[in-house]
Amino acid sequence: MAVRALVQVPKAVRRGEVFEVRTTLAHPMETGYRRDSGGRMLPRDIVRTLEVRLAGERVFAADLHPAIAANPFFAFTLVANAGGPLEIRWVGDNGFVHTETVTLVVT
Amino acid sequence: MRRRCGALVLALAAVTAAADDRRSGFDFMTRETQALQRDDGLNPAMLWVRGGEIAWSEKAGRADKACADCHGDAARSMRGVAARYPAFDAASSQPLTLAGRINACRVRHQRAGPHPPESEPLLSLAAFVGMASRGLPIAPPDDARLAPWRAQGQRLFTQRIGQLDLSCAQCHDVGAGRRLGGSTIPQAHPTGYPIYRLEWQGLGSLQRRLRGCFAGVRAEVPPFEHADLVALELHLMQRAAGLPLETPAVRP
Repeated sequence: MAVRALVQVPKAVRRGEVFEVRTTLAHPMETGYRRDSGGRMLPRDIVRTLEVRLAGERVFAADLHPAIAANPFFAFTLVANAGGPLEIRWVGDNGFVHTETVTLVVT
Repeated sequence: MRRRCGALVLALAAVTAAADDRRSGFDFMTRETQALQRDDGLNPAMLWVRGGEIAWSEKAGRADKACADCHGDAARSMRGVAARYPAFDAASSQPLTLAGRINACRVRHQRAGPHPPESEPLLSLAAFVGMASRGLPIAPPDDARLAPWRAQGQRLFTQRIGQLDLSCAQCHDVGAGRRLGGSTIPQAHPTGYPIYRLEWQGLGSLQRRLRGCFAGVRAEVPPFEHADLVALELHLMQRAAGLPLETPAVRP
């Protein structure tokens, strides 16, 4: 199946109002420190960075590490003066890239 | 007369409520894990529900049909379905779990290959269909053809198995509420399957949970969709009849 991700933003926010964005990404976050049932090392497969851009401007970013559990969840707050496309981008090992874009409405 | 009937019903309800000390596994969880299940924006199982929603309207198989082509809007057509499964399937003369029904539908109507047990598309569809029954009481069908299977399930529930020589009932009837290692033993009511289990870091079916218990008491683990697992599932749903369905639940 395709990459699954959930992004939650309020339907509309007021200019200057603090609001919360919530994101969940389906990802195994394999640490690279585990072995399979045959005793072979499982290669690391994690998401390395999360970057959020509002109308092209970077508004939130995070680095992820092997100790973060599968299906990483992030909640963070933003303040917006103008609406626009809110682009959430996860980049990880083995060429993993996933982008979700939602439209932020500012009134 | 009508008023007296109403009073009688109320009195009966009060009696059953007082006598019913059955608790969902939800009540045994920490407040933090409960919060994770209560809020759909936090519940990681919603990733699978979303996947199931997409799969619901994807055409598949030689019949080139999607679930939605026959069943339409799942929120309406699938309401109450998860609350009554496993149900008897006349075509194969055996009970089918919800996952078994989804696969039977795939084979018979979509004319596609069945999804492997515990695979992501199967769990996603089961979670999506289960979501349509959230909040409804578990309502096992009153079907005489299921009786021998239920009896078998009840027998298995009380049968000591494995090197530890334990039955399901010894932990989940007698020892429920006590502690096993760091965690509280729940009453084993399957109220929220498929569940997102923090230990699994993923979604899993009731059969996966049951297999975990078989391994836990060091008994031989039956394969998925084995008749014993289906019988146990039937018994457990009967045992939990009336408790509200929480699918997709979160468990520690």
